Amino acid sequence: MLVIPCPYCGPRCEIEFSYGGQAHIARPEDSAAISDETWADYVFLRDNTKGVFLERWVHAHGCRQWFNVARHTVTYEILASYETGAKPPKLDFVTQV
Amino acid sequence: MIERYLRQSPLAHLGLSGRGQDDGAPAQVRLAERPFSGLVNLRGPGADQTFLDAFEAAAEYALPTAAGASSVGGNTTALWLGPREWAIVDARGEPDAGPRIASRLRAALAGFPAAVTDISESRACIQISGAKARATLQKGCPLDLHPRAFRQGQCAQTRLAKASVLIHLTADESAQGGLAFDVYVARSFAEYVWFWLEDAACEYGANAKL
Ligand SMILES: [Zn+2]
Repeated sequence: MLVIPCPYCGPRCEIEFSYGGQAHIARPEDSAAISDETWADYVFLRDNTKGVFLERWVHAHGCRQWFNVARHTVTYEILASYETGAKPPKLDFVTQV
Repeated sequence: MIERYLRQSPLAHLGLSGRGQDDGAPAQVRLAERPFSGLVNLRGPGADQTFLDAFEAAAEYALPTAAGASSVGGNTTALWLGPREWAIVDARGEPDAGPRIASRLRAALAGFPAAVTDISESRACIQISGAKARATLQKGCPLDLHPRAFRQGQCAQTRLAKASVLIHLTADESAQGGLAFDVYVARSFAEYVWFWLEDAACEYGANAKL
């Protein structure tokens, strides 16, 4: 069970949250003009990182806010959580695997 | 609002008022439905001081802005649900409390990007009190309910036996009537949560308080 630090409520148990996939996926500016391949990339393709991954979570059973989390996909350590729209923080601490 | 004489509280069908009265045996957990609590959901710009001031001018108490905080003014309590969301509660069981709070807030907050929604009918309010109330809730709730971590006046939205609930510690161990929580749960989950609480409290000696 993960303890996820909600930027608004503080550390809470994983069962209060829902997962939202990779963070910082920007919608292409001119979606009518881009190729199908670029659009498919935006809609379907996500990184499959071994290491620190920036991902979205929503505090579904708590404050219902979306936010971002930096989580190590091997050790499951959560290195940071920050508000949606904010830049990811500098992560000095990187676990060696 | 529906005709008052047709209105039923979410746990009315359990016939709690028809149960055997408290026999005086030492019960460490007491359960009660608080029917017809007024409950209004308020959403608005929590970082905008003019919005907070407008609420305070109308309600004569301040909206809580710290996570899990509540504030009391007269017969209503404002519970922090999120950075832009609150619950305004009047748990005295006056049937018109919800619409009355809602219309007052709507008038006071007109012009703000805010939403005032009377959700009284959609929730059940279950009061759980007694010395073992914390221990009973803790069986199905991941929140830290230890007296050091969860104090009088604090509230939190979390899960209880998998149901989504809002828990409010209305009185702690030092209060005159002893420890008491209000647990708000969606109406359709009310019976499930009530029976779960009865079962969880069984080992401590439970009584339905009327
Ligand atoms: Zn939260």
